Amino acid sequence: MTRRTVARTLVYLSLIAATLVVLLPLVVVLLTSLKSEKEMANTSGALELPDDLLNFHNYVTAFQDGEMLSAFTNTAIILLVSIGGTVLIGSMTAYAIDRFTFRFKKLVVALFLTAALVPGVTTQVATFQIVNSFGMFDSLWAPIALYMGTDIVSIYIFLQFVRSIPVSLDESARLDGANAFTIYRKIIFPLLKPAIATVVIVKGITVYNDFYIPFLYMPSEDLGVISTSLFRFRGPYAAHWEVISAGAVLVILPTLIVFLSLQRFIYNGFMRGATR
Amino acid sequence: MTDTTQKAAAEVIPAAPVPAPASRGTRAWRGVTPWLFLIAPLALLVVFTYAPIVNMVAYSFTDWDGVSPELHYTGAENYREVFTRPDLFEVFWVSGYYLAASAVQTVLALYFATVLSFNVRFRNFFKGVLFFPYLINGVAIGFVFLYFFQDGGTLDSVLSLLGVKTDHAWLGTPVSANTSLAGVSVWRYLGLNFVLFLGAIQSIPGELYEAAELDGANRWHQFRYIIAPGIKPVLTLAVILSISGSLSVFEIPYIMTGGATGTETFVIQTVNLAFRFNKTGLASAAAIVLLLIILLVTWVQRRLVPDDKVDLV
Repeated sequence: MTRRTVARTLVYLSLIAATLVVLLPLVVVLLTSLKSEKEMANTSGALELPDDLLNFHNYVTAFQDGEMLSAFTNTAIILLVSIGGTVLIGSMTAYAIDRFTFRFKKLVVALFLTAALVPGVTTQVATFQIVNSFGMFDSLWAPIALYMGTDIVSIYIFLQFVRSIPVSLDESARLDGANAFTIYRKIIFPLLKPAIATVVIVKGITVYNDFYIPFLYMPSEDLGVISTSLFRFRGPYAAHWEVISAGAVLVILPTLIVFLSLQRFIYNGFMRGATR
Repeated sequence: MTDTTQKAAAEVIPAAPVPAPASRGTRAWRGVTPWLFLIAPLALLVVFTYAPIVNMVAYSFTDWDGVSPELHYTGAENYREVFTRPDLFEVFWVSGYYLAASAVQTVLALYFATVLSFNVRFRNFFKGVLFFPYLINGVAIGFVFLYFFQDGGTLDSVLSLLGVKTDHAWLGTPVSANTSLAGVSVWRYLGLNFVLFLGAIQSIPGELYEAAELDGANRWHQFRYIIAPGIKPVLTLAVILSISGSLSVFEIPYIMTGGATGTETFVIQTVNLAFRFNKTGLASAAAIVLLLIILLVTWVQRRLVPDDKVDLV
């Protein structure tokens, strides 16, 4: 064997080891979710296969007792409104900053830039009081407003795209008598489609997975979202790992489907989001 | 102001006919237009980002409990408490575990990104596997790993398969629990670092490697002299993200242990102080300290690696 073959083998071994480390915890939870209560009590090994690979009993229990239907509905509403708002706000801000010269423009840009440096987790103590004073505490409006109002990353993404749209397009429309709003609506916004796709994906996954904000702001049982419902679900089923596993799989499954169907967009989106 | 707008427009397309001079009404309208676009975003920004910071600074000098109308000015007392009460300051040591973990994570991510940037079979499969954990819901990850570290759970089963019998309670002692939780955070966040590095490596033109190979450079030389300098900006970004991430860990320990057995982090403590013990003043002081540390780290990074992408205008 040459040195190169040895190196190649080691590389593949390390990749296989990493694959095992990533997938094993997930596969075991999937297997556990298919086991019956009896099997859990009798067998000792977590790695053993379930007797019946099509035993979906735990999923039914998890879906009903975990109030997953209302959780998915709440999450869907929050997703829809906050992403719609983020796209509108982000694209409008980017359009205004890139296409107009106005007094205090530097100050406005600096305000947005500095805000990007402030991590949201640190300010919740005081944000809570403000949200509360608006009467939004314990309603779907709290997460919606916070997701819309504190997303600087999407403004960056839109700004990059608005810059790449030639100004001559605006100008020729203006000569045809279009005002600023028509230009934004008819020219800029439709050309922003790739940026919108990026923002929708990145924001969608972030909102779907967020635990901190719904946990702090929506303590009511019937306002549970995916994360908080799953979290509360553990209480009554503390020792029933087969049901908890089913709940976890139910939450992971939509993510897996989205990931497999939109892989390319997802890599690019998160890269752009992080490097800004 | 209107003059500059027109001048800028004229510079872009000098050939276009100059529009007829705007009447006074249109001119005023022109000045207002950008603000109409900005009013909602700015209002949200001020209300949900800047107002909280200002309020937080104010609260941090008081003994407010978050509810009662009464509050007293206490000077720097809260800050003194944050730095001198050992049980409050202790949580900073927990960040050490996550900092160490993020060092491991960066090295691993760099290794896998380098390996997968070369021609490897099943490359997309490996890439997907490494990245997927980053997309999974934090609560689900918490449960998956509670079962993983359970007595007789995944880890124990795998170990006994390898002939190691153990009844070690993985989440039972502070050192073991924190190490385990930091391990989970590597599992979760490795993917993002990896994809960032991979993207940076792939943006290096391929001819460079070919030229280097002609000159007799091996893989290590290629990494040392082509890849490493090429990804330096992304690397510093990753370091900053992991430092501020290590300081503001919340989800994984809160979901898995609730902060028990010495796994309480700074953010868990702040949340408990503010929302469970109603010590809004003290919690604000703690949050301000964390915010200042994170801003300091970011500032140091910006000084070390001037990033030309930052200027927006």
